[in-house]
Amino acid sequence: MQMIAEITNQEMLENNVVISAEEVSVFYSDKQALNSVSLDIPENQITSLIGPSGCGKSTFLRCLNRMNDTVEGCRVEGLITLEGQDIYAPSVDEVLLRAKVGMVFQKPNPFPKSIYENVAYGPRIHGLARNKDELDDIVLTSLEKAGLLNEVRDRLNSTGTSLSGGQQQRLCIARALAVQPDIILMDEPCSALDPIATAKVEELIEELRINYTIIIVTHSMQQAARISQKTAFFHLGEIVEVGDTEQLFTSPSDSRTQGYITGRFG
Amino acid sequence: MSKTGHIVRSFDDDLQELRNAIIEMGGLAEAQLTNAIRALTDRDSRLAEETITADAIVDKMEQDIDALAIRMLALRNPVADDLRLVISALKISSLLERVADYAANLAKRVIALNMVPIIRPVSALPRMADLVRHMIDDILTAFAQEDVDLAFDVWRRDKEVDLLYDSMFRELLTYMMEDPRSITSCTHLIFMAKNIERIGDHMTNIAEMIIYQITGQAPLGKRPKGDNTSMTMIDSQLSGQPKE
Repeated sequence: MQMIAEITNQEMLENNVVISAEEVSVFYSDKQALNSVSLDIPENQITSLIGPSGCGKSTFLRCLNRMNDTVEGCRVEGLITLEGQDIYAPSVDEVLLRAKVGMVFQKPNPFPKSIYENVAYGPRIHGLARNKDELDDIVLTSLEKAGLLNEVRDRLNSTGTSLSGGQQQRLCIARALAVQPDIILMDEPCSALDPIATAKVEELIEELRINYTIIIVTHSMQQAARISQKTAFFHLGEIVEVGDTEQLFTSPSDSRTQGYITGRFG
Repeated sequence: MSKTGHIVRSFDDDLQELRNAIIEMGGLAEAQLTNAIRALTDRDSRLAEETITADAIVDKMEQDIDALAIRMLALRNPVADDLRLVISALKISSLLERVADYAANLAKRVIALNMVPIIRPVSALPRMADLVRHMIDDILTAFAQEDVDLAFDVWRRDKEVDLLYDSMFRELLTYMMEDPRSITSCTHLIFMAKNIERIGDHMTNIAEMIIYQITGQAPLGKRPKGDNTSMTMIDSQLSGQPKE
């Protein structure tokens, strides 16, 4: 009998680890938000972080491009390496780090500028284009990759905020892609979108996986199950279970994971 | 059974309804087998008729279980142990439906057998049926109580049914050779024995589903089997074969 639980770990083993977190703890002043979390993020895969509110999954995500640096009283302990390099080393330029590790937020947050300018802003400040033609090229390619070009080709000068919610989120993804990141962090990117817009963003995320490594925080179990290859379940600042998404959603090994994903928590 | 309830309590109600429906359907399938065998031993063609008619009830129950399981898949998006329960309920109900079909087929053959004089090997059938009935009984208990050990026990026990079928098959072959007038009755009996043997096989399939449902993994290794009838030859045929 062929069972769904019998899946191979082979794909996971063959992939390089691109980001590695070792015993990462995070404190907000004296409150501990993460407790000794270790997680390897495989290259060109979608890793989803799930868990109840306040479990530390967003905190963990924000550690990966040092977004927590901007939070007052926040202290990060442990080691996070990106392709073997400690991202918290004094020599690291966090602006460059954030270009390499891009981020898409829960609510689409385009700048109050034109669609073109939204995408062109990053490459311009990072000096990625030598002239207008190169910049045009980056903008159009990024919009294309984000699956938005066909919808906005004729109105690149309209404001980004004039787009629909789903389009705005894809614009934000295009903006992240424009600075040529390797990794894209997504913090509940679809929670403000309707099912159709969600489906489009999910489809896009799956396509992006070919060229990028994606880490996504989501409150939707179905979304994690649909799009990710690897899932980590966070609870009370710790990783309870991490594994192949298929395995985790059919036969989780920890009873807390089982309780959470089946809706028996509490 | 789950230790803690769902936050959405109606989800638990649905799961319980699904469990109850499987147990009820299994009980009915078992009763169908019991009635078919009683119709045989009592030579009661009316009971056989009733058994054939009652098969429709089991069919309807399968449809109801399918509908409930599909509704749960669509509306509740079950995962983990809940998903495994819904999937195994879907499979178990279709296996139980087959069990009831075999019982109905037994009943049909009883009606045919009752038209001719009784023959001796009939007595072995109820023994086989008893073994299988215990398997059904235990498998339903294993399902209701989520008892992996009992499911494994049933899984292994099918070998006894196979061995009994094997010996009955040989006995009937010999009987037919001794008295060609018994060929019609004996052929019916062979089919009936095969039906009961198949019910035993289905119990092992259900055992596998229950083991998967509870543990998340199907049993490893090959199930013990004792049915060798597909290779059985009568001695006279064997001796008649050219020597190498």
